Order: sequence, then structure tokens, then C-alpha cells
Amino acid sequence: MKPPKFSYLRPNNLQEALDMLAEYGDDAKIMSGGQSLIPLLNMRLSTPGYIIDIGRVEELKGIKEEEDAIVIGGITRHVDVEKSALVQEKCPLLTEGIRWVGHNQIRTRGTIGGSIAHADPSAELPCILTALRGEIVMVSSEEEITVSPEEFFLSYLLTSLEPNQLIKEIRFPKIKKGSGYAFEEVARRHGDFALVEVAVVIELDDDGTIADAKIALGGANSVPFIPEAAEEFLIGKLPDDSILKEAATLQLDDLDPEGDIHGSKEYRRYLSGVLLERALNRAIDRAREGVFA
Amino acid sequence: MSNCNVKIKINGEVIEKEIESRWLLSDFLRDKLGLTGTHVGCEHGVCGACTILLNGEPVRSCLMLAVQADGLEVETVESLAEEDGTFHPIQQAFANNHALQCGFCTPGFLMSVKNFMETHPELPTDDEIREAISGNLCRCTGYSNIIKAVKDAYVLKC
Repeated sequence: MKPPKFSYLRPNNLQEALDMLAEYGDDAKIMSGGQSLIPLLNMRLSTPGYIIDIGRVEELKGIKEEEDAIVIGGITRHVDVEKSALVQEKCPLLTEGIRWVGHNQIRTRGTIGGSIAHADPSAELPCILTALRGEIVMVSSEEEITVSPEEFFLSYLLTSLEPNQLIKEIRFPKIKKGSGYAFEEVARRHGDFALVEVAVVIELDDDGTIADAKIALGGANSVPFIPEAAEEFLIGKLPDDSILKEAATLQLDDLDPEGDIHGSKEYRRYLSGVLLERALNRAIDRAREGVFA
Repeated sequence: MSNCNVKIKINGEVIEKEIESRWLLSDFLRDKLGLTGTHVGCEHGVCGACTILLNGEPVRSCLMLAVQADGLEVETVESLAEEDGTFHPIQQAFANNHALQCGFCTPGFLMSVKNFMETHPELPTDDEIREAISGNLCRCTGYSNIIKAVKDAYVLKC
């Protein structure tokens, strides 16, 4: 398994990268860590004429704090997010979930923008970003556009990213004080892609009722799935075991996971309910610790 | 530009070469430099046999183009033993504890463990070791002796 021939371009700054994309976009692939693209090249599932390696474009690297969000540059590596004290403090759902991305040897190369752009429905970052209702900032030589995960993820490995655009940064909303969060996943082995994964953020009112519920499921559909009816069902309720069980199973029929040798459609659907119930319980426990501490 | 000039520091020696941009780092090391200690198993990032250190951090050399290492520092398993053949403490610990049978996966384990020991100077728990080597597959040992060897390496290096 060897990559096909391509021309290798390595821009030194964002403007150069965007100029190259404008010129070669249709026949070019953006690469930084290469942890998704190189396997595709090795297996010759992708045969671009040009590879634009943005791995050294410093403007696309880094983690910064804004009022409502942690903003992470597209080529920031998983390992840098995993170890960030700022992310742990302001968006701990991301810290909890990113440890599930591959192995250390993958996270030392893999990037946040790469995981989002690859749009594998079983990958952790698209699910987490969707649960948080984050945003993706895309840039071309002409304009900068910010989109929601629902606008960005179109289908299995397919996004709204145009050939002349790249991901500049991703905005992960902060988790508010008094909120709880949880990430749950089942994979065949640690480091494998998820069979199913769930990310949850719950906000409680002072009286203990649910003020807001944000949920996303990964691996259960061709894009991260938001169970809107379950979210609405939870809001205003005082959570107990039966309510959480009902919420967790409310929309299982709306899920359409791919069945394969590793798990049937029915198993993944069942697992979605189990993981969602677990995640809701953990998120609410954490929110209670915050609210009543 | 399907060919590129690169300058990579490999096991302490600076190598300057014109290479094809599509060459994987693993193939460059093995086929062009003769550093066949880096083993190539699955060639798509699953098995970990090709793990090397890039600027001190473990990476899969099959999931990286050689040209991407331009200007950076690479360490392979050949850098571990001393010139007279004396084993590195991690290699000695693997030998003492029968932590390899066929040995195909061993170079990847050794490089992963080297970084782990450098970043975790205190004696780790079994669970921490299991997590650290979770990106390396071994089909012979069942891992128990590898975990023993990692703990022993902490003793040997003191």
C-alpha cells in the first residue's frame, strides 16, 4: 500500500495556502497531520493531483479563549487540546471525549480540523462539536464563512467544504457553570472508531429541573444526530431514573445506523439508548454537584 | 513538484536527500536508508509496528510522508542500543522478561515506551502502562510480559 503520485505543496502562511487552493482546489487535498488522508492515499481511495500541506501554517495553530467559546485553530493537534488546561477548565467535554480519538501515536499528529473535515460519522470530534452546538469557520481566498455542524456535515465523509475552502478554526462553546456534561462510547477496542458514541450537556435550574439539554449521537446515522424531541422532552422536568430512561429511548426509531460485521443495525440502535441513558445520568450528577455545591 | 529536497536529522545524523514526495516515512527509513528496524505491519495506522519518535513524540511512520519530516528530528529503534551493542534499559528489560516472541512488533513498542518513560518519570500503574501501549498490537505475548518489562525498565534505568 503506497500513495499514488502527487505534487506536494507546503505553504508558509495562510494567504499562500488559500492562493494554492484557489489555483488547484478541484484537484487538491488539504493535509496537515494526515492521519485520515494518508490511509486513504495508501489504499488509493483518494488520488489527488496536489497535496497542500498546511502543517506549518502557524496562523492555523493554537487554542484561544473568547467570551462564549474556546476557539481552536484548524491544525491544532489532538494532543495539544487533550493537554490544554484552558480546555479542561472551560470545555471539559472536549477533554473527556478527545482521549477516545485513536491512540497517543495518532493524537500526536492528528488535528482538530482534520477530524472535522474528514467527517467520519463514528469520529468523536464531530459528535462533540454537534452536542456543544459549536461552529466551523471556513475560509477561502474570497471570504470567511461560519457554519453550524448541521450545515457542515452532509453525509458519510461528505461536508459542505468547497474545494477552495479550508477550515480556519472551530468554535467550541464553553460549558456554563451549573451545567454537567458526559461523553460515552463503545468501541470494539480502545482507540477504534466508535460503534456508537454520545455527548451530552445538561443545564439545571436552581430547583433541580432541567433548564437545557444538548445531545448528539455519533455512529448512529450518516451524520451526528441531534435527538430534538428527547431534548425538548427533558426541558422543564425534574430528572429521575424513569424520565431519563424514557428520554434515552424516545427517538431510537429515528436512528439509522449502518450494520456490519462488528455490530448489527439493531445492536447499535439498542446501544444508543444505553449510552444515552448513561451519559444523561453522569451529566446530571455533574450538574447537581455544580448547582448545589 | 513530485520530488522534494529534505533535510532530516535521523538518529543524530543529518540526512539531506532528494526524495519523491509520495514516499512514506516508513519506506524512506527502510528502503532508502536501510534502517529496517522500523517494521511495517498494516500500513494504515492500526498496528503500531512502525512507531518512531518525531521530535521526541511517538508517531506512526506509515501515516506520515517523509517530506513532512523535513527540518525535524527522527529517532528509530536503531538509536536505542549503544555502539558496542549494549542494550538500552528498555531493550534489556524486554529481553529479561520475555516480552517478545517473534519480535515483529517490538521496535514499535520500544519507541512508544521510550516516550512514555520520558513523559512519566514516576513508576506507573499497570493501567497506565496498558493505556500507553494500547496503540501497539502484539500477537504473541498476550501483553502481560510487556507490562512486566516496562515496570522492570523503570528499575533498570535507575
